[in-house]
Amino acid sequence: MKNKTIKVDYLARVEGEGALYVKIKDNSLTDVKLKIFEPPRFFEAFLQGRNYSEAPDITARICGICPIAYQMSAVHAMEDAFGVTVDGQLRALRRLIYCGEWIESHALHVYMLHAPDFLGYTDAIQMAKDHPALVQRGLQLKKAGNEIVAFLGGREIHPINVRVGGFYKVPAKRELEPLAERLKWARDAALETVRWTATLDFPDFEQDYEFVALCHPGEYPFNEGRLVSNKGLDISVRDYDDSFVEEHVPYSNALHSIIKGRGAYFVGPLARYNLNFNRLSPMTQEAAHSAGLSYVCNNPFQSIIVRSVEILYACDEALRIIDQYERPDKPSVQVQPRAGTGYGCTEAPRGILYHRYSTDDNGVIIDAKIVPPTSQNQKTIENDLWQFIPKYLDLPSEKLTLQCEQAIRNYDPCISCATHFLKLYVNRE
Amino acid sequence: MNKNRKPKLAVWKFASCDGCQLSLLNCEDELLTVAGKVEIAYFPEASSAVVKGPYDLSLVEGSVTTQHDAARIQKIRKVSKVLVTIGACATAGGIQTLRNFKNVNEFISIVYASPKYIETLDKSTSIASHVHVDFELQGCPINKRQLLEVLGAFLYGRKPNVPAYSVCIECKRRGTVCVMVAQGIPCLGPVTHAGCNAICPAYNRGCYSCYGPMETPNTASLSSWFAHLGVKEENLVRSFRSFYGYSEPFRKESEAHENKDRR
Ligand code: SF4
Ligand code: SF4
Ligand code: SF4
Repeated sequence: MKNKTIKVDYLARVEGEGALYVKIKDNSLTDVKLKIFEPPRFFEAFLQGRNYSEAPDITARICGICPIAYQMSAVHAMEDAFGVTVDGQLRALRRLIYCGEWIESHALHVYMLHAPDFLGYTDAIQMAKDHPALVQRGLQLKKAGNEIVAFLGGREIHPINVRVGGFYKVPAKRELEPLAERLKWARDAALETVRWTATLDFPDFEQDYEFVALCHPGEYPFNEGRLVSNKGLDISVRDYDDSFVEEHVPYSNALHSIIKGRGAYFVGPLARYNLNFNRLSPMTQEAAHSAGLSYVCNNPFQSIIVRSVEILYACDEALRIIDQYERPDKPSVQVQPRAGTGYGCTEAPRGILYHRYSTDDNGVIIDAKIVPPTSQNQKTIENDLWQFIPKYLDLPSEKLTLQCEQAIRNYDPCISCATHFLKLYVNRE
Repeated sequence: MNKNRKPKLAVWKFASCDGCQLSLLNCEDELLTVAGKVEIAYFPEASSAVVKGPYDLSLVEGSVTTQHDAARIQKIRKVSKVLVTIGACATAGGIQTLRNFKNVNEFISIVYASPKYIETLDKSTSIASHVHVDFELQGCPINKRQLLEVLGAFLYGRKPNVPAYSVCIECKRRGTVCVMVAQGIPCLGPVTHAGCNAICPAYNRGCYSCYGPMETPNTASLSSWFAHLGVKEENLVRSFRSFYGYSEPFRKESEAHENKDRR
């Protein structure tokens, strides 16, 4: 069968709206387009004229799945512009709330969005009919992450307690104890998750990627570090714009980001893991090894294991932070706005999230730039499909479609962010 | 409705952050129970299965910002028995209405290198400005308790019990000392729809009205309070222009003060 057109209306189980167009002519792949048609929302434009203090609340609304990442990149960029340093327990609390977001977002993706691909279900609710305990574990794990965010941030989605300089209110040590109890359960459940995901079937698919992640001398990266790749990139966040550039392609509302002179790169759990294995906690390293992962993983389908490893790390790290916590004297440090430009980059669950702001003397924003993880991965997703689809050309269209969707979901793409996902069209001629 | 048939639920998305529909998936303890009571017929964020309409209940998230979406909402209304909007985007146009006060073409050229590729309407609008809406659930994001209340109410054919009073009442109920009276922190709580359980004052900050206007808010009175607290006119305009900036009461109040600036 040479000539065929397949059209699927919506690529599901990703956040946001998008489509994939695949053209097959005479049994060879002639075109792949990942098209994001989530309507533009113009955040960078309307941030102009807003006060610096509003940036965490406003940019959170770019994405309901990872609002903490937006808030953290925004506060770090503003603090950079104003020459403010937030350290000690306030910095630790920022790591803690970030742990909550990783647990919540990764558990959602592993159990509800990605696992159904491996087990052959349309969604977690169908999967729950045959695997009730599994889905329950996923939901409760996700809830443990949400509880951290809700407690420290005021609520799960678009938390209200994060501000430039720290928090509006910080907890007393004893208030964190119930969270610690829950997290001990979650850490065990995360360990089970690593073991379970390692037993799934993975297509044989390894590519030579350029992985980009933050690297920090002492810790697995959340909020700070240098931007490093496995192919020689090593720059400070301030120099992001010198090395990365966004291209506007006609078929997508999301800009494509590339490394200048080199092209596509890969951000997210796999990139972090490959560049920071040594900084995972000992128990997490051990769990990764016993699950059969080595120091480096080049198969994007195995991202589900790596994501589970990161859930485990986040539970372990959260417990460490709570254990060493002492309430700081003040919930935030003093911030004095001034004219300047500030840069911030943090590790959203899906990968690096870059913010840059310029402000005037009063802290009013005069320019904003935001580069979300999904726009950085788009080109790599397309490249994967260019390599992946030819191996499966003989599959019936319906099966091929499922394979493509799974390959895209490896990246946990978040389309709402990238426009500031997915319909699949396979066109066989 | 045939008693033996589970009602069909559909969840639709327009311009939004996915946070309101995520509220449903965030009902970790209730999700499987809800899934047992309804047929989740269309919910692309969570499922790749698509069951054909008509749908008994459609939840709509997000605002209308493109010609294509303006046509799509008409079709959705036709296949939905009951249509409920969830969140500030769907109910009032959302944070993306900040473009409504400006020239959208300028916005496009700020964000995109090749503006000609971008298709967008010059305004972001609520779902109700396009089609009849049966119920509007406010919040950015909506609250999951209220969402479950609305789901339950429509499944059993009664009116949802969502209070119309202000955040101040919730402050009183939870025993929070008023941050505006005690600390002089500007707070939009007096004009804001209840539902969040007055989180911000409990965390020592003023409400920024992510739940939008309550029924009949006295915005003018609040503005004079703000003036009294020394809030600059431009900051007052900004406070009203955020997640519900294009809702009628907030838009009018912000415009009144913007004009004052010019005089
Ligand atoms: S109302 Fe707020 S939380 Fe809901 S979709 Fe819109 S931006 Fe997201
Ligand atoms: S803190 Fe705000 S919401 Fe609470 S009572 Fe005072 S004015 Fe009302
Ligand atoms: S801004 Fe107001 S409505 Fe929104 S969470 Fe805070 S107190 Fe509640």
